[in-house]
Amino acid sequence: MNKLSIEGVGKLFAGRGESQPTRALMPATLDIADKDFITILGPSGCGKSTLLRIVAGLETASEGRVLLDGRPVTGPGADRGMVFQSYTLFPWLTIIENIAFGLRERGVAETQRLDVARRWAQQVGLKGFENHYPKQLSGGMQQRTAIARALANDPEILLLDEPFGALDNQTRALMQEMLLGIWEREAKTVMFVTHDVEEAIFMASRVVVMSARPGRIKADIAVDLPHPRPYTIKTSAAFVALKERLVEEIRAEVMASA
Amino acid sequence: MKPLQPVSAPARVSYGVGFFALFVAVWAVATLGGFVPKLFLASPITMVEEGWALMTVHGFAYDIGITIWRVVGGFVLAAAIALPLGIMMGAYKPVEAFFEPFVSFARYLPASAFIPLLILWAGIGETQKLLVIFIGSFFQLVLMIAVAVGGVRRDLVDAAYTLGSSDRSVVARVLLPNAAPEIAEILRMVLGWAWTYVIVAELIGSSSGIGHMITDSQALLNTGQIIFGIIVIGLIGLISDFLFKWANQRLFPWASA
Ligand SMILES: Nc1ncnc2c1ncn2[C@@H]1O[C@H](COP(=O)(O)OP(=O)(O)O)[C@@H](O)[C@H]1O
Ligand SMILES: [Mg+2]
Repeated sequence: MNKLSIEGVGKLFAGRGESQPTRALMPATLDIADKDFITILGPSGCGKSTLLRIVAGLETASEGRVLLDGRPVTGPGADRGMVFQSYTLFPWLTIIENIAFGLRERGVAETQRLDVARRWAQQVGLKGFENHYPKQLSGGMQQRTAIARALANDPEILLLDEPFGALDNQTRALMQEMLLGIWEREAKTVMFVTHDVEEAIFMASRVVVMSARPGRIKADIAVDLPHPRPYTIKTSAAFVALKERLVEEIRAEVMASA
Repeated sequence: MKPLQPVSAPARVSYGVGFFALFVAVWAVATLGGFVPKLFLASPITMVEEGWALMTVHGFAYDIGITIWRVVGGFVLAAAIALPLGIMMGAYKPVEAFFEPFVSFARYLPASAFIPLLILWAGIGETQKLLVIFIGSFFQLVLMIAVAVGGVRRDLVDAAYTLGSSDRSVVARVLLPNAAPEIAEILRMVLGWAWTYVIVAELIGSSSGIGHMITDSQALLNTGQIIFGIIVIGLIGLISDFLFKWANQRLFPWASA
C-alpha cells in the first residue's frame, strides 16, 4: 500500500518585480510504499528541497497534489517529521526538551514525554547529553538530536533534507549507519534527500534520480542489497556496480547544470 | 597589541579602574593646581564634602529615591504596553504594517520637547514626570522589540511547524523564547536612556529629585553639588546595568557565548 503519493507536483516560484518566474520543479509523480526507505538523488539546485518542503507542507505546490494515507496534504503537521540540513534545534531548550518538543505541543504529560524523549536520546546515542544545550554539542550530535526530535513525535513519514551535508566524512558514515539501524528496527517510512551517490545507495531500498534544474524525475532504481547492511557493504561488487551506474546518471546532470 | 586578542579578567578590571583613577587625577590636578577657577569646577575634595553635606543635612537620599521611583515607574509603564504591542508587531506583519510607520515617526519626537506641553496637560506633578519617561522610552521599546521578535530564524519556525505547532504556539514557544535575551538587552539599554529624560524633566518645574537639586545648586553656583549629583546618576546607572547583565546571564544561560 502507498504511504505517500506525489501526483504531478511541480513548483514555479513567482519572480520578484519584473523578473520572470523560476521553474524549480517540473511536475513529478512518485509513490512511496509503507515502511520504505527512498532517497532522492540529484545535483544541487534541481528542486530536491522544494519537493520535500511541499511534502512537508511548508511550501505549496504550483500544480499537482500530495496524498498521505490517501488524504491530501494542506499544510505542515506532526504526521510528517522533518530534519533539515541547517541545525534547527531550539537553542533555549536542552537536548531532552528539544526531543520532547513535539510531544509537549500535543499536550503529553511531562513525565511521560520525558520518558519517551530519554528513550530516543539513547537510541541515537546521546545518553549523558540530555541536559546539555545545543550549542554545547557538535554538529553530528545536533543532527542526532534533530532526528530523535522528529521520531519522538512518531510521524507517519520521516523527511530528511541532506541532514548530514555539513558533516565530515567519518561522522557522516556513522550517522548513516545509525539512521539505517533505526529504520531496520522501527520500520518507518523515510524520504531522504541527498546529492551524495554513496549515501543514496547505502540506506535506500529505492533511489529516485532527478535531472538538473528544473528538476524532473529521471530514473527510479531499486536497491536490492540485503539487510542488515554493515558499512563494509560499500565495497561489495553489487554496491560498486550500482554506484557506477548512478554516478553515470548524475554526471550527465551535473555537466548540464555546472 | 594584537587585534582582538582577549585580556584576562584581572587585567580587565585593573585597566577599567585605571582609567577612572586617571580621570580623577586629571580633575584633581586641574582644580587643586589652580588651573581652573573654583567658580567653574569644584575639586574632587570639595565635591565629596558637598556630597556628604547633601546626604546628611539636605536629605538628598529622598531626592535620589524620588528620581529612581520616577524612572522605574515610567519605564515599567512603557514596557508593560510596549511588550505586547512589540511582540504582536514582530509576529504579525499586518499589525506591523499598521503601527510601524507611526511609531517610527513618533520615535524621533524628542521627549524633552514635550515637557512644556505635558506641564500644560498634567501639571507639574508626578504624572507629568512619568509621562516624559513614558514618551521617551515607549516608542523605542516597541520598535526594537518588534525587530527582535521578527528576527527569528525562518528554519526554526519551519521546524516547529513540522513538529505539530499551531500558529499561536509558534509565537509563544518559538518567537518569544528566541527573542527573550535580546528583549532583556533592549530593556537594559532603554532604561539607561530613561535616566536622561528624568533628569531633564526634573530640571524644569520640579520640587524634588536629583534634577531639581542640580538646578538649585546652579542658582547657588555650587558646582560641587552638581557634580556629586551627576556622579550619583552615573553610579545608579552602573549598578542597574550590572544587575541587568547579571540577571540576563542567570535567566538565559543558553544565550551567553
Ligand atoms: N523561495 C524561493 N524563491 C525563488 N526561487 C527559489 C526559492 N527556493 C528555491 N528556489 C530555486 O529553486 C531551485 C531549486 O531549489 P532547491 O529545491 O533548494 O534545490 P536543491 O535542494 O535540489 O538544491 C533553485 O534554482 C533555487 O534557486
Ligand atoms: Mg536543498
